[in-house]
Amino acid sequence: MNRLDVKKTYKLYIGGKFPRSESGRYLAAKSPAGQHLDNFAHASRKDFRDAVVAARVAVEGWGKASAYNRGQILYRAAEMLQNRAGELVNEIARSTGVTSVKAKREVTLAIDRLVHFAGWTDKYQQVFGSVNPVASSHFDFTTPEPTGVAVVLAPDEPALLALVSLVAPVVLSGNTAIVVASEKFPLPAATFAEILATSDLPGGVVNLLTGKRAELVPHIASHMDVNAIVDGAGDRELAAKLQAGVAINLKRYFNRAAADWFSARAEEPYRILDTVEFKTAWHPIGV
Amino acid sequence: MKAPALKKVGATPVPFRDSRLAIRNLGVPTVDAVMVEERAAAFTKRSIKTSTKLAGLKMAVAMCDLTTLEGKDTPGKVAYLCRKALAPADPKYNLPSCAAVCVYPNMVKYARKFLGDHSPVHIASVATGFPSGQYPLRTKLEEVRRVVGDGADEVDMVIDRGAFLAGDHAKMFDEIAATKQASGPAHLKVILETGELVTYDNVRLASEIAMQAGADFIKTSTGKVNPAATIPVTLVMLEAIRDYFFATGIRIGMKPAGGIRTAKQALAYLVMVKETLGDDWLTPDRFRFGASTLVNDVLMQIAKQVDGNYQGPDYFSLP
Repeated sequence: MNRLDVKKTYKLYIGGKFPRSESGRYLAAKSPAGQHLDNFAHASRKDFRDAVVAARVAVEGWGKASAYNRGQILYRAAEMLQNRAGELVNEIARSTGVTSVKAKREVTLAIDRLVHFAGWTDKYQQVFGSVNPVASSHFDFTTPEPTGVAVVLAPDEPALLALVSLVAPVVLSGNTAIVVASEKFPLPAATFAEILATSDLPGGVVNLLTGKRAELVPHIASHMDVNAIVDGAGDRELAAKLQAGVAINLKRYFNRAAADWFSARAEEPYRILDTVEFKTAWHPIGV
Repeated sequence: MKAPALKKVGATPVPFRDSRLAIRNLGVPTVDAVMVEERAAAFTKRSIKTSTKLAGLKMAVAMCDLTTLEGKDTPGKVAYLCRKALAPADPKYNLPSCAAVCVYPNMVKYARKFLGDHSPVHIASVATGFPSGQYPLRTKLEEVRRVVGDGADEVDMVIDRGAFLAGDHAKMFDEIAATKQASGPAHLKVILETGELVTYDNVRLASEIAMQAGADFIKTSTGKVNPAATIPVTLVMLEAIRDYFFATGIRIGMKPAGGIRTAKQALAYLVMVKETLGDDWLTPDRFRFGASTLVNDVLMQIAKQVDGNYQGPDYFSLP
């Protein structure tokens, strides 16, 4: 007798919890051969709204955590990723149809990249900040500070590596992120969220939505409480819509698509600067 | 201190109230806790959308008692609150002013100075040893006379929970009656502090005593005790108001206060008032929200309804 298969429904990850979509909708994840793998939540605009609220709440604590602490936590996330690498390899292989050797390469690189960016938490201020020579008797410092809540749109492929490469530079400086996962291959991202939930990352720092990008994009563009958008999705039409919307509250928009996610260029620390603000302080000397 | 413009009570004298003459504790029904909570939960599941939602949200703004009850309150903060109560948002949203500002006794004169004598926004002052009520009656009444003299339109008194819980209902009754007399033309809101009354039966009984003793409004909480206003506890009080109306024909107002932070909650309360007491109570004269942060969430939801995009707190005034 054949055993009845248990099909998992991957849920959203909002504020450290795993809710179903408020709309109750879900979609089927299929393998390239058309085989029904599992189900995943189809996020609505209200799920996005809830995620922004959760991210805004989390930015308070995460932005104030010490750089060292944030580094430790991201490193811990990399440890957890390492621990469950096998699961992710399987997830990538069955979703995208690549060989498990290729999938393993992607997962290993994702772990390395997270470790790499974990190291930047207590270094980016020194590297990108400055002490400025001024003509009056002041010390003058310019330091980068997190901008707040950022939306990250991940491309379809490589589903995991691109997502990690996009999210890590956003959150390491103290921002919180709402990630819109790959539309075609959402399962690796959903599994990654489950891994993050068991690392020490506070709830709400990374929030994950799965579903249809085009449905969420107008609301992402017009939301007044989003400070920045890092768009790695590589969809020109959606990029245009996002760019048109950002003027409403002057949120930052960066198109980070079309890179080779396996190359070292995806590791460059300049990505951190997408979601920081520079603050300059004048401190009188001798007071 | 200059006498403020207050609503005249007319020629009818304030009736003499005494606990000895009141029908005490008789016929006060017990509360079915399970059913109250079931019914309360049902109010939160109504789907209110588009124009109905917008109308409900505007009504909620008009019913807000903007409140600041902190040790660090200053005349500046009170002036800010008054300004916000007069014009809660950009004129393009066409919103009513809030019902009142609710402040500590020392702040009443500043609020009156800022609002002037003919303001649409009332001034409510907490009094009678807020928030504990553990003070001698003489100082409580002195406080009440003083805030009314300073220009308060409404007095939010606290009951002596210690006396009530010890079974000395007569003391509670007489204190409310004395406060009613001392507050003169000002409206009297009686705070039961339901979080300290423990059971629904106590809330029901305390509501009954407060109404018989002369309350114009009954109010759930000070906001200093957890739990503050909840939907079930408010429902118990609304039912007490309904039964009191059937028995006497007198319409008593209701003010849930503390813990109401979202527009969604506010709409659930409005639905409950509508379905328990009817349209007569859907006015700022008979229903109020005591809140400090609620109004900003309501304003954000109104802006969302009108402008179409999700809002952020950066674009609204401080709560």
